[in-house]
Amino acid sequence: MSSLITKVRLKQISQHIEKGKRLDERGLQDYRPITLEEGVIEKAEGSARIYLGKTQVLVGVKVETGEPFPDTPNEGVQTVNAELVPLASPNFEPGPPDENSIELARIVDRGLRESHAIDTEKLCIEAGKKVFVVFVDVYVLNHDGNLIDASALAALAALMNTKISNYEVKDGELKIKQGYTQLPMKSRPITVTVGKINNQLIIDPQYEEEQVMDSRISIAVNEKGNICAVQKGCSGYFTPQQILEASKLAQAKAAELRKKLNW
Amino acid sequence: MNDKHDKLIDKKGIRLDGRKADELRPLKLQVGVLPNADGSAYIEHGKNKILAAAFGPREMHPKHLALADRMVLRCRYHMAPFSVQERKSPAPSRREVELSKVIRESLEPALFLELYPRTGVDVFIEVLQADGGTRCASITAAALAIADAGVPMRDLVVACAAGKVDDTVVLDLHDAEDKLGAADVPVAYMPALDAITLLQMDGILTPDEFQRAVDMAMGGCKKIYEMQKEALKTKYMVVKDVEESEVEE
Amino acid sequence: MPTYFEKKQLVTPGELLAEGDYLPGENTYVEENKIYAQRIGLVDVDNKKVNMVALRAFYVPKVGDIVIGTVTEVGFNGWTVSIQSPYNALLRASAALNRSFKPQNDELSAVLTSGDLIVAKVASYDRLHDPQLTGGEPGLGKITRGQILHVVPTKIPRIIGRKGSMISMIKQETNCQIVLGLNGIILVTGKTPEDEELAITAIRKIEQESHTSGLTDRITQLLKDNKESMEEPVNE
Repeated sequence: MSSLITKVRLKQISQHIEKGKRLDERGLQDYRPITLEEGVIEKAEGSARIYLGKTQVLVGVKVETGEPFPDTPNEGVQTVNAELVPLASPNFEPGPPDENSIELARIVDRGLRESHAIDTEKLCIEAGKKVFVVFVDVYVLNHDGNLIDASALAALAALMNTKISNYEVKDGELKIKQGYTQLPMKSRPITVTVGKINNQLIIDPQYEEEQVMDSRISIAVNEKGNICAVQKGCSGYFTPQQILEASKLAQAKAAELRKKLNW
Repeated sequence: MNDKHDKLIDKKGIRLDGRKADELRPLKLQVGVLPNADGSAYIEHGKNKILAAAFGPREMHPKHLALADRMVLRCRYHMAPFSVQERKSPAPSRREVELSKVIRESLEPALFLELYPRTGVDVFIEVLQADGGTRCASITAAALAIADAGVPMRDLVVACAAGKVDDTVVLDLHDAEDKLGAADVPVAYMPALDAITLLQMDGILTPDEFQRAVDMAMGGCKKIYEMQKEALKTKYMVVKDVEESEVEE
Repeated sequence: MPTYFEKKQLVTPGELLAEGDYLPGENTYVEENKIYAQRIGLVDVDNKKVNMVALRAFYVPKVGDIVIGTVTEVGFNGWTVSIQSPYNALLRASAALNRSFKPQNDELSAVLTSGDLIVAKVASYDRLHDPQLTGGEPGLGKITRGQILHVVPTKIPRIIGRKGSMISMIKQETNCQIVLGLNGIILVTGKTPEDEELAITAIRKIEQESHTSGLTDRITQLLKDNKESMEEPVNE
């Protein structure tokens, strides 16, 4: 992965962080500029494209009908998939999802699922038989780090502009009617990833910084400030004190983003 | 998650399996159970039954996966088809791929990866029976297998979960608590270095509950750590025994 | 500036061994002025140096080591040799033939082929390059007969004994030739299978009781007892 970056550069990044500086002059705990475009794919029920610095992620939501899980017969189904498409980085190769894309999808999935972002109980068409299945497909278009936060934000934005066709059930058959209804939502989780480089905690690592990152922790926070999903990653560790700091930092940053995005 | 289920903790604070909130399930650890592996361990943690085997350090196959400046750790977490109520397909699921990754990342901080560049250590984990908390039990067993293979380590890695069940923060969730409880926080820890190497969470917790869960899980880890050291020593105790009989002679 | 262990205490990876004014010996590491164990083993302190004898470790090549290995592959100009180490070794044709190697005349697989066992010496090694072996010296080369046994490499020094005392005694008492590969592989060649068996029994005993005192006496006794029982006429 890191083969494209020279050792000198890696050292430089690490020294920068030690001095409290970033490659792009922002502070250790600042996000890069965020731009969200919503409804960019007309054929999808919902979609959003995020620009987080140079990182670009597109999320499309498709809603279809399907069977509920046996243990939740009255609830719709949420499915998240992530593709690290080859055009996003010279290091991505075509092929079945690898552990990085699977982990990304599962982190986004858990953030939404555990906070009950989608009101799945309102997606039941016929209990035990037919429900709406919400497919959230995360498409990474340009990888410049922090895919987790970018994907989670884009996924939520896409779900928030997802519309389902109105319908009625006649003799067990689904009949599409005129007009659309907003996908029922219950919560708006924001995932904040905190990276650790040289024992400094940083926010929103870019690609080159990720190559020297010891470890990261992604924390999903709901609008009440409660924590609803956590995932530590990379080959390093955190001290218990750093975990505490990271969780406080994540809450503060989530609140800040919430305000900025008006969520 | 919801209140469709019966209470998981009774009025006296006792859980379905008779434990108190901060009590671990019974554990059994054994080292050196698979003769063909360079190192191996078996764990019974509650009803979880898990085998871990370590091979290496050895040449990487395929060779292009080797790294010029460090050793590569590979982990495969796999559930046997018969390990759960409904047969699990033996093909690796997305959950298993993710768990393999986080388990690997929980073990890597314990290894001196730079010592043996171009080589690989393979850790294979087979869950023979699952009962909630398999990733934690797997990590505890895998660390023992690696130590048993003679691979130098900073510390043993030990793992345990805490979570929230019926509004109470509890230690070491079993299957029903995991499925019906409000949150699950698995933690892997290196006690000697006070380093957390795995931390995940699902469910909803207030920041304060989250902190208490992490602390409680670390407490559980410390207890299991003692058993882990004992298990490792037991395999190598033969030497000690001979030494002691020597004194008696 | 304390130490945290008793002499020859069994410790596990991560156990704190000493703090402050001590030096880290084998199988230990330092973090923030504290010395910890890296492996399962027995710990001791010698002149402020904290040493650990690992009870489980693998072989890491050292230049000059005699090793025993298995040829796994015949290449263009040499052989790949497995020496039970993280790294496979390379035996160049010129280093085995002890003369220059001519691809047009020399058929490598006629000299050594996969599955062959060899005694060789480590000629060069660092962590960035696989170890290279040499076979062109007296006592080195292909093994054609004898018994092979595997031990944990860390036990080899004990089998050698102080200034080679232990191994010379076994050789003398059993009339066997014994080659100790420092990679934990041992070749025993005797005149009779009984001689070889006795030598192996002695080596196994040393391996099992390697960290106990009075071992030399017990091995002497074992060899003597066995010899006597073998020499006694069998009455039926």
